[in-house]
Amino acid sequence: MHPAIQGLLTIVIGVGACLSYFYFSNQFLDKVLFPAKGPQAGRNINRANMVRPWLFLFPALFALSLYLAYPVVETIRLSLTERVTQPDGSTVYRFVGFANYVQMSADPKFWEAMWNNMFWLIVVPALSTAFGLLAAQLSDRIKWGNVAKSLIFMPMAISFVGAAVIWKLVYDARPPGAEQIGVMNAVYVWLTGNDPQQWLTVPFWNNFLLMVVLVWIQTGFAMVILSAALRGIPEETIEAAIVDGANPFQIFFKIKVPQIAGTIVVVWTTITLVVLKVFDIVFAMTNGQWGTQVLANYMFNQLFVARDWGVGSASAMVIMLLVTPILVWNVRNARKEMR
Amino acid sequence: MDNIAGSKSSLTWAVHIATALLVALWLFPTVGLFVSSFRTADQIASSGWWNALFPTEQTLTLRTAAPETQVQEGNLYVIEGNLFTETDTPPAEIGSWGTSSRDVSAYGPGDTAELGDGEKLTVQADGGYRLESATEMTGSRGQRTFVTAEIPPEFTLDNYRQVLFSGDSTDSMAKAFFNTLTVTIPATIIPIVVAAFAAYALAWMDFPGRALLIAFVVGLLVVPLQLALIPLLKLHLGIGIGKGYLGVWLAHTGFGLPLAIYLLRNYMVGLPRDIIENARVDGATEFQIFTKIILPLSFPALASFAIFQFLWTWNDLLVAKVFLIDATGQTTVMTNQIVELLGTRGGNWEILATAAFVSIAVPLAVFFAMQRYLVRGLLAGSVK
Repeated sequence: MHPAIQGLLTIVIGVGACLSYFYFSNQFLDKVLFPAKGPQAGRNINRANMVRPWLFLFPALFALSLYLAYPVVETIRLSLTERVTQPDGSTVYRFVGFANYVQMSADPKFWEAMWNNMFWLIVVPALSTAFGLLAAQLSDRIKWGNVAKSLIFMPMAISFVGAAVIWKLVYDARPPGAEQIGVMNAVYVWLTGNDPQQWLTVPFWNNFLLMVVLVWIQTGFAMVILSAALRGIPEETIEAAIVDGANPFQIFFKIKVPQIAGTIVVVWTTITLVVLKVFDIVFAMTNGQWGTQVLANYMFNQLFVARDWGVGSASAMVIMLLVTPILVWNVRNARKEMR
Repeated sequence: MDNIAGSKSSLTWAVHIATALLVALWLFPTVGLFVSSFRTADQIASSGWWNALFPTEQTLTLRTAAPETQVQEGNLYVIEGNLFTETDTPPAEIGSWGTSSRDVSAYGPGDTAELGDGEKLTVQADGGYRLESATEMTGSRGQRTFVTAEIPPEFTLDNYRQVLFSGDSTDSMAKAFFNTLTVTIPATIIPIVVAAFAAYALAWMDFPGRALLIAFVVGLLVVPLQLALIPLLKLHLGIGIGKGYLGVWLAHTGFGLPLAIYLLRNYMVGLPRDIIENARVDGATEFQIFTKIILPLSFPALASFAIFQFLWTWNDLLVAKVFLIDATGQTTVMTNQIVELLGTRGGNWEILATAAFVSIAVPLAVFFAMQRYLVRGLLAGSVK
């Protein structure tokens, strides 16, 4: 079968199954279980209305519980166990306490990933927010600002893998003497006259080259959100500052930035979440070699290369622990809003 | 609004220049890959892509016609012709030429070179040449000539042909393209349908525990999907779904739901209460209210989420690697195909660039067509 037809068929079946659940379950509720006619029509309608929210919610709750809530619990459990293959071929999970965590903390690669993640957590949100703020402030003041915005925003649509290829070309190196086809080496050779460098293999600094890729992607996001916030600032505050003789820099840093501080925090935390999960960029560009390991890629390696589910789960728990403060903060904010 | 009081800000020009620089900086890497995807392997290897837009000076090695074509004019043996046509090279303007690899630009156009043995070669700027000899020339091949010429920019679609239609199993993106579509479309539609019903229930239906459920959804918004990989893979393998489309759809649905429910509920809560109450009074069932009133009114929010989920599933590598791609590699998606190309074809930029662009093209088209909804969704999702 042609792959296109095969794909179309699976799509129709998958989507159709989902739609028919909602349609037929509602039909069943209204026509068969609690029909809105006969002597008990009123009671039946009430009952149907009590059941219906759960009918609407069921698939979502089921998927959320199974795909997000259950894994949290299961990962905690797995991180405390060891997978043992019995002589008869079956696998059992033996409780080993904190042995996985101990083993992980003895692994220099893990600490390398932790350190690198800390750098990522500082550099990427800071630079993305700063560039985003700059781009928002600049493009709001000119006529072709919308075009500029959509071009800076564009990398958002590009996959991390695509971005990795794009930047690998930028960092590409040819042997000394040959014409350089990577921009970075071309400029470097032209300016310094030194031999070209394999940038991605230069320890420590290569981390920053990988971060550049994420900053490049996330700046557009920061810009869009911050630009909306900047436009929401009441004009009177700015007019008052101008009347008082403030210069444009003072207006920006002393009047505008404090008023959008809340939004800056939101942008910062959102990018922080992206950083904690960053996997594709590192996987595609260096796969954690030359001192560029990060937690998400370390976890992937434990899972699929070392096939050690215990340590893999333990490292996933570390990522979970790092996002927990944001989780708590979000839930508290949401509850405050609903009151 | 900063130009109040009639004083035009002296910073206007600086703003224009700074913005242009920023845009150029952001665009530069992508343009590089885009241009490279239209160049041949030789062009990519021999010069930076930024040179591709200008004529380049290249040194070509060409040959005159073989001695067997010589004609006798009086007491001279002569070969005449054009260096470019004889070697099937696109014509160009010759700047200099030479006959020795040690000095490839010894002569200018129109000059005559003494080759020894009484042979003389004259090359014109258009590639026309005349080789004269007092004695009969021998050998099977023509005189080697190095020509330095301005080659106009040249682009090719061959890379796209190779990547899309060659059927070559390592380079081909065609199969991966359809696989990606097969993953993406249900993985976008299913969570929207599921989330829309749930969001309606959370926004407009009264039942005990509603506030708690909303908090639950908000909490799950930030749970890293890394956490879900091992338990769910174990589950899928345990209940027999294994690795395949069903598994990857379910996984994407689960991971996309918190954002979908959150966005859609926030939007639906803002819809006017009167419409819904009137419909209830008029005897519409909840299912009718939902499909006939809420869904059409929520279109902007649905579109926002649809774009998010589409971009995310199309661009995803991790979920596909864990839940979809098995050892046979029949169900590979484009992102994975590109990562494999990075391994096997690391230096073949023409293939890599083209493959990457094939996978980037669709999300970019969606992005530019639906940017409005994307921005609206972003604002609804993170600013409160």
